[in-house]
Amino acid sequence: MTLLFQLLVNGLIVGALYGVVAMSFVLIYKASRIVNFAQGEFLLIGAWTCWWLLTSWQLPFWIGFPITLVFMLAFGVILQVVVLRPMIGEPIISVIMVTIGLSIVFQAAMKWMFGVFAKPFPQIFAHATMNVFGLQVQTVYVVSLAISLLIMAGFGWFFKYSRLGLAMRATAFDQQVAQSLGISVRQMFAMSWAISAMVSAVAGVTVGVVNGVSSALSFFGIKVFPAVILGGLDSVIGAVVGGLIVGVLENVAHYLDSQWLNWGNMYEIAPFYVLIAILMIKPYGLFGTKDIERV
Amino acid sequence: MANVSIIPSGDFKTSYAADTTIFPTKTSRNFAILGVVLLLACPAFLDRYWLSLLIQIGYLGIAALGLNILVGFTGQISIGHSAFFGFGAFASAWLNNSLGVPVALAIPLAGVVTTGVGLIFGVPAARLKGLYLAIATLAAQYILQDFFGRADWFTGGSAGTIAEPLTIFGFAFDTDERYFYVVLVAMVVMYILGTNLMRTRDGRALVAVRDHYLSAEIMGINLTKYRTMSFGISAFYAGIGGALYAHYLQFVSVENFTILFSIQFLGMIIIGGLGSIMGTLMGTAFMVLLPEVMQAATKLVSGTAVDTALNLRENIAFLREMSIGLVIILFLVFEPDGLAHRWKQIKAYWKLYPFSH
Repeated sequence: MTLLFQLLVNGLIVGALYGVVAMSFVLIYKASRIVNFAQGEFLLIGAWTCWWLLTSWQLPFWIGFPITLVFMLAFGVILQVVVLRPMIGEPIISVIMVTIGLSIVFQAAMKWMFGVFAKPFPQIFAHATMNVFGLQVQTVYVVSLAISLLIMAGFGWFFKYSRLGLAMRATAFDQQVAQSLGISVRQMFAMSWAISAMVSAVAGVTVGVVNGVSSALSFFGIKVFPAVILGGLDSVIGAVVGGLIVGVLENVAHYLDSQWLNWGNMYEIAPFYVLIAILMIKPYGLFGTKDIERV
Repeated sequence: MANVSIIPSGDFKTSYAADTTIFPTKTSRNFAILGVVLLLACPAFLDRYWLSLLIQIGYLGIAALGLNILVGFTGQISIGHSAFFGFGAFASAWLNNSLGVPVALAIPLAGVVTTGVGLIFGVPAARLKGLYLAIATLAAQYILQDFFGRADWFTGGSAGTIAEPLTIFGFAFDTDERYFYVVLVAMVVMYILGTNLMRTRDGRALVAVRDHYLSAEIMGINLTKYRTMSFGISAFYAGIGGALYAHYLQFVSVENFTILFSIQFLGMIIIGGLGSIMGTLMGTAFMVLLPEVMQAATKLVSGTAVDTALNLRENIAFLREMSIGLVIILFLVFEPDGLAHRWKQIKAYWKLYPFSH
């Protein structure tokens, strides 16, 4: 039973991270209707950048991390302006393929620059584990959960009260109306990519601190799909809920598998079965907008 | 965009048959026949290496045509094509090894079996479109890949499986020179089938589904039927391509059929041109030759400062991977209609020369 409980806690922690990545994925989708297959590579690039700053330049974490965030902000804007902007108005297949192409390029580039093996982050916290309700939990996990919650709260505030967030919501709601009210839709697109890249980088660094940085990080970008489909492609709350569910589901599937089924690999593959099932039953997810077509 | 289909004035089509011929002019037909004849002579003067590349273009081209029928002609996105390709490879090897079906029969049978699998995945896919379909096929890719690793009886698990060479009446097609003809025949047959499919009622229905599915439905086209059918056809082509691949390499390994391979297939049809049959072949050739070009390019700069700075020799694999992604992006941004479109423009240019404006 302790094992199951431990797995559930793990699931929630990982799920919260999925939620964060899913949120940044949804942000791009909502703003510019682009499904970003390179979301996982944002994590990868962010984590490697931070790792590089911390090891090669020997910067302390509290300097290296903000620099990473600034870099990712610029990276997101440049990416949107250079590659994605020409794709506005192109068919879905082209847009999807561009992001897939980007993901391949970044992944290969990262492997080229940093090698294929996982590299650990320098020690950041003084105590490796801490005691939470009688469970030994790694400090980074607790901190990562806190960071995830913080980001989610930040998102909530950003979209509810800040000028930029409201402008982005307006853009997502109706581009023409937003434009007529003086909102620069182009800037909003670029901003959505920038914020998404930045938030993903936070998740990437967090995972990197826990597991070490390697190209496995980009698998987060794939795992995001079950989460966002479950929650609804265009719902930020749905993304969080979906992420949590997928995180817990993975671990429960792993538990069932290791205890009774012994099929192996369920941890990786169970979310995809769920994904197909959801697409069959409720393609717009739990919170997504239902797309009704009238002729 | 320049008008690309240039027909001499006074050439009026008086029947649908004349309008839908495969070759619009006699010259184009003669050139196609000449091309096949030239290919027939290839093993006589090309070395092993080039032959193996041509064989690769052959079987990958067949599978890519299937994907183009699905994506380019029907407008359904699939990011799981390599899984079907792999399924065909394993199915053919399994039919031959376990059930004793002769290879010559196992290859088409593998196509049929893969069609079945494609239809299974096609049924849910028929309800989805656009992004949702892309994500569903992505899931299918991972599920099938997981199945390959799991099903020891079918794939040999992590050890892989051995495929016997193709033998007809005691004559084994086990060298590149011999196998080249097998692939060539298969390719010509499959491409003619594909071209003809697009001239039929069903083919036009597929294109109608792509262009505007609501209008298509209003015109009485059964969307579910044609979407599922298109998945089946695409899986059939992938299965045949995969089976040819299996009996060419004579060994099939589980690790080959990754998402990257699927993306390569998508790259082929995008580079060649979505919705173009000959474009598929051009795109496949481009994708197969791309690593070779990269290799040659790295050889060219070896020893120079660039080489030592980037450590090219050890990182050639990453360079190749990157080049795949890069060409896809570059083509989508600068030449979204693919090589087929460029080829048409070149032809039009020479036809109108020197009065091209």
